[in-house]
Amino acid sequence: MNLQNLTQDKTYASVLLALASVTILIPFCNLIFPEDSALHFSAYSVSLIGKYLTFALLGLSLDMVWGYAGILVLGQGAFFALGGYAMGMYLMRQIGTRGVYGNAELPDFMVFLNWTELPWYWYGFENFGFSMLMVLLAPGLLAFVFGWLAFRSRVTGVYLSIITQALTYALLLAFFRNEMGFGGNNGLTDFKDILGFNIQSEAVRSVLLLMTGLSLIGALLLCRWIVNSKLGRVVTAIRDQESRVRFLGYRVELFKLWVFVFAAMLAGLAGALYVPQVGIINPSEFSPLNSLEIVIWVAVGGRGTLYGAIIGAVLVNYAKTVLTGLMPDAWLFCLGGAFILVTLLMPDGIVGLLRRRIKPKPTLNATGGQPA
Amino acid sequence: MQSQRFRTRLKTPPGLRPADRSPKNSLLSMMTTTSTQTGIETRGVFKRLFELVFLNTVRREPVAGLSAQPGSNGTSAVDRSGWLIRIGLVLLIAAAAMAARPVLADETGNPLDLLRQGSMSEREQAVEQLAADSANLKLLQALQDGKLFELKAEAKLAIGLETQTGYSLTDPISGASLGEVERGAVGKINLNNKLRTLLRKAIGQLQLNHADPAVRLGAVQAMAKNVDDKALALLKDHLDHEADAEIVAAIRSVLLLQDINSPDKSQRVNAITTLKEFDSQDAVNKLQALTEKDADGNFVEADSDIRNLAEAALIKIRGRMQAYAAIETVFFGLSLGAVLVLAAIGLAITFGVMGIINMAHGELMMLGAYTTYVMQQLLPNNLGTALILSIPMAFLVAALVGIAIERGIIRFLYGRPLETLLATFGVSLFLQQAVRSIFSPLNRSVATPDWMSGSWQINDFLSLTWNRFYILIFCLLVFTALLQILKRTKLGLEVRAVAQNRGMARAMGIPTSRVDAMTFGLGSGIAGVAGVALSQITNVGPNLGQAYIVDSFMVVVFGGVGNLFGTLVAGFSLGIANKVLEPYAGAVLAKILVLVFIILFIQKKPRGLFPQKGRAAES
Amino acid sequence: MKRLSISFRKLATAAALSTALFGAAGSAQAEDTIKVGVLHSLSGTMAISETTLKDTMLMLIDEQNKKGGLLGKKLEAVVVDPASNWPLFAEKARELITKDKVSAIFGCWTSVSRKSVLPVIEELNNILFYPVQYEGEESSKNVFYTGAAPNQQAIPAVDYLMNDLKVQRWVLAGTDYVYPRTTNKILEAYLKAKGVKPADIMINYTPFGHSDWQSIVADIKKFGSAGKKTAVVSTINGDANVPFYKELGNQGIKAEDIPVVAFSVGEEELSGMDTKPLVGHLAAWNYFMSVDTTKNAAFIQQWKDYIKNPKRVTNDPMEAHYIGFNMWVKAVEKAGTTDPDAVQKAIIGVEFPNLTGGTAKMLPNHHISKPVLIGEIQEDGQFATVWQTNKVVDGDAWSDFLPDSKPIIADWTAPINCGNYNTKTKKCSGQNY
Repeated sequence: MNLQNLTQDKTYASVLLALASVTILIPFCNLIFPEDSALHFSAYSVSLIGKYLTFALLGLSLDMVWGYAGILVLGQGAFFALGGYAMGMYLMRQIGTRGVYGNAELPDFMVFLNWTELPWYWYGFENFGFSMLMVLLAPGLLAFVFGWLAFRSRVTGVYLSIITQALTYALLLAFFRNEMGFGGNNGLTDFKDILGFNIQSEAVRSVLLLMTGLSLIGALLLCRWIVNSKLGRVVTAIRDQESRVRFLGYRVELFKLWVFVFAAMLAGLAGALYVPQVGIINPSEFSPLNSLEIVIWVAVGGRGTLYGAIIGAVLVNYAKTVLTGLMPDAWLFCLGGAFILVTLLMPDGIVGLLRRRIKPKPTLNATGGQPA
Repeated sequence: MQSQRFRTRLKTPPGLRPADRSPKNSLLSMMTTTSTQTGIETRGVFKRLFELVFLNTVRREPVAGLSAQPGSNGTSAVDRSGWLIRIGLVLLIAAAAMAARPVLADETGNPLDLLRQGSMSEREQAVEQLAADSANLKLLQALQDGKLFELKAEAKLAIGLETQTGYSLTDPISGASLGEVERGAVGKINLNNKLRTLLRKAIGQLQLNHADPAVRLGAVQAMAKNVDDKALALLKDHLDHEADAEIVAAIRSVLLLQDINSPDKSQRVNAITTLKEFDSQDAVNKLQALTEKDADGNFVEADSDIRNLAEAALIKIRGRMQAYAAIETVFFGLSLGAVLVLAAIGLAITFGVMGIINMAHGELMMLGAYTTYVMQQLLPNNLGTALILSIPMAFLVAALVGIAIERGIIRFLYGRPLETLLATFGVSLFLQQAVRSIFSPLNRSVATPDWMSGSWQINDFLSLTWNRFYILIFCLLVFTALLQILKRTKLGLEVRAVAQNRGMARAMGIPTSRVDAMTFGLGSGIAGVAGVALSQITNVGPNLGQAYIVDSFMVVVFGGVGNLFGTLVAGFSLGIANKVLEPYAGAVLAKILVLVFIILFIQKKPRGLFPQKGRAAES
Repeated sequence: MKRLSISFRKLATAAALSTALFGAAGSAQAEDTIKVGVLHSLSGTMAISETTLKDTMLMLIDEQNKKGGLLGKKLEAVVVDPASNWPLFAEKARELITKDKVSAIFGCWTSVSRKSVLPVIEELNNILFYPVQYEGEESSKNVFYTGAAPNQQAIPAVDYLMNDLKVQRWVLAGTDYVYPRTTNKILEAYLKAKGVKPADIMINYTPFGHSDWQSIVADIKKFGSAGKKTAVVSTINGDANVPFYKELGNQGIKAEDIPVVAFSVGEEELSGMDTKPLVGHLAAWNYFMSVDTTKNAAFIQQWKDYIKNPKRVTNDPMEAHYIGFNMWVKAVEKAGTTDPDAVQKAIIGVEFPNLTGGTAKMLPNHHISKPVLIGEIQEDGQFATVWQTNKVVDGDAWSDFLPDSKPIIADWTAPINCGNYNTKTKKCSGQNY
């Protein structure tokens, strides 16, 4: 890792440091200080921050594919949800006989549907390692097949965006079906243990937050390294002038596919970290509106900067948390208004605003061309 | 489980009221003197009649199975209504008596009183009694239409027509006007399903001799729904003096259905061979019954000739049924397609022509639907007119909002299409919440005018619903109008020019920013118009737009961005594909399959069904 | 080094800021009021149904305060918006309990939102009052189910159709989620036990918000034209009902021919529909606005005054909240504290009069006893009661018609103290504590 390179961008470094401090300090404070201490973070805050960080990871994954490769994916939520379901399936299998009907083999909803044996696609999910593999493989494989088809036939622009939306919409409808064997509308919930530890205990929460934070930092460093590598440069070039890159002899579709699959796996990881912290995964995560929201986080934060996506995801979700409690009847006005104002007044998102303050000169990454 | 017993709901009858002596008694004596001359039997009837109309005597016998409350036996309530009506009624009753046609079938109670304050099962008795006399037809019809009221103060029945302030009342038998009353002064006579069935049959029987052949046909059809011996006899009688061919055919088919089970074999054979040419569900059911086996595996029908005939007839009818089912599926598909096209066509302009990813498109449709609601609130008595008027109004409202969005937000974002997504998403949240605040988060009720409800019943196996039919036509009209605007008007020319090459268009002196606003307004207005159509088939609520936005984008992209004709073809073909798949795969799987099909289709044709050609395609 | 120090300063600010936002918010608050959480969606797809319940809660709390509050303190409603987002329900429940320190939560509508909140409520040991009819098969220590269990709605309705309308053929149509699935499963078992042939039962599931009913209604019409009296038992949810009934009306299916009995269509849903084509169709509930009692009249008047709209209607889940809230008040008074453990014990056996007559009682299985009413839809959007049970029916958490849950009972009194107790194996399972 090129440290010199890192410190060149102050915003980047401070985001990284803030993340590191949150990741380490909050679990630490939560566990060390007693509950009545001013420095104590409640379980509520811990799981809330954990949720924000998973969203940040999800935003980061979209920024890779949208901000750098110029592919506007309106179905990133599908990969997130798939990762979440893989994790959820593991957690369901851990319930064992503690379910409502006390069936050691089958989750409650299958007993309820009169199923007698576990469907084949649930095999292996009692194993944590296998489940974690599936967290990456399930979204990765879907992205690979989908991307391989789409990029090979040169589907671009809005056409690609809309068929990714069709993809997540089709998955939404499919997962709603009870016959699919994923719990229908209720999804997977009522989890008990993860790796033998009680999922509701403070310590597990803190560890989950720590894991999320570490994954996010790791992903940020990895993404940063990728975009600054030769591969990243080619991908950025494809975003700006696809046909020119193709004429130069690069296999454009392979580069795009690579980034697309990588981003899908990151999203899957985010989903897997999200599920144990919120305690439920259900088909509404596949809804096209959710995927749209991810785009909005990235746009609000500032696209094509990596940390912008993180800032955007955290800020928008924090605003949602506060506003839904403070003004339950009018928060949509504020959120809707904020989106309009951000687009009109801050074309490069919050990061663009910060950057104009800190550094008048535009950086290399900010001068992205227009997306298709 | 608890044991649940039927609990009869009896209202306490009004207490004994002191008889209003002078006028009634004199009338009574007058009437009795006349009746002495007509003999003892008529006199009894006459007296009952008299009590019924003038004194409202209640003589309730305990009804089997019901526990009548104490005090209801022999209680009499005396009516205090005005004189004039009574005199009118005297004539009527006298006429009835002269014809020696008893109004009352039995002596158990006064049907009008039972109707007014009896329990549901008592009302059934009352209807059966009233059905014996055609003079009661108007009353029964009013009862069925929910226009029969109890005048609370006077404890009598009246037919009420709703007016601005209350009800204008007429007497149910004579038709004489009883003046106007306020809403609170009357209570509607409620019905239940049993009563409605009974009424339908009773009215049918009474209307069999109506002057209007259409009414007679309706009567025959109503009677055919559950035929009993009495109805059969009536129909047979009627057949002899019926001139209208359609009605004769209807009666014949009812009789033929009965012939299937007649003891005479040749009659049966004749019935089956005739019926196999009929598109009648009843015929299918009857024939089906002939071919069934009982629990022991033996045929219900012993005669194998009849059985084979019935089977052959069934095959023939089923063949026709399949053809009708295919027509029906195509119609369902087209009407679903029409809804999709309507929802997408505005987007085909804002998104397809202008390149704005307009996430607020659904909310503009929602505004159109709410405009329909408001129009109906303004014109509560002319629902049809309100609906027609809401078409231009919805266009105007949505177009103005659209222009405001364009001028206020989108014009700063040209050349940055993805940012329009963000901003219009904000607008859509804003509009949804605004509607929630103004109209409440509840759904609003938009009524369907009579000419749009019901269906066009071609035969028992094929009927097309009117509202879908009108929406299909409406969709084609809107599409044609839009195409004409784009092809033949100056605005259309400018829109196309700006879409193809903005810079060049400006150089040619086209006021591009004004054209942008007009184009966005046009697309939004069309969305509003689509909202009017949607208000007729689905919920009018804050979530209306979100339900259609994804589908709209699919249709536009599938058809090819920037091609209106493509949107039309895409909408209809997706609609039909959906409906063809639905019977095999179920509603959800059909939709998933269609989505997968779109994804695969785009791989094959990356720019939709009708890709744009030329330079504009490469932008 | 200078660069780094800037970062550290930022870091410190960030840390301080987040402490202020998350940590401090939860600490020391003056306990001069009793807080009550209201957890109903005010935006998103469920806002249509849930907003009314939020207003109902505010009205009930307002009225209780006018009566002098509770235990000498004023009640304070804490309203949050979980925005029809299921994970957000869990998060908001946690926020209400840990941050706002509410004494009880009134909320949720869909089964999935309740399932999402359940682990949080149990972990933090608070109380949830759930006001909507639901599928049963659950009894949590921390949840009080004031809506109907299947035996308080579905079974009586089917009995009515079978005995009074002589229905022989059945269409069980529902939205594809757990409530219709369970209800239809129970009904199917019940009908078969009553001798109905499988060929005479048609089961159909549709997705949420299904809007194109042409084919399904045509199928129902075909199914119903086989010469036997047919009825539709509808567990179709909320928004899908308007297009469903419109299509029924337009395809000429009248209530006299094929009656539809619905479990999710109440006065409020009807207020958003054109009721003309629906007249005569049925619904089964535990409360109708049209029921003529002095208590109900007073409640309706209070609601109209509070909401300042004389046209607003009342419905069954509102009554459920009304009963639930008043039971909670009584239980708190009985226990002398709002401590959830004490209230959970005290509330069992508490009685409160229903608006429709009779008395609701909180049973040891955390369900309440209710009367069952069946009404026909009238043109004015109200129901005319055509049948009702002669006394209240006890809510049954575990259906007796499902083989898996037949031996299971819920009893939160000693000695069983379990929501999932198998009377055969004498074991308590599925509990988190």
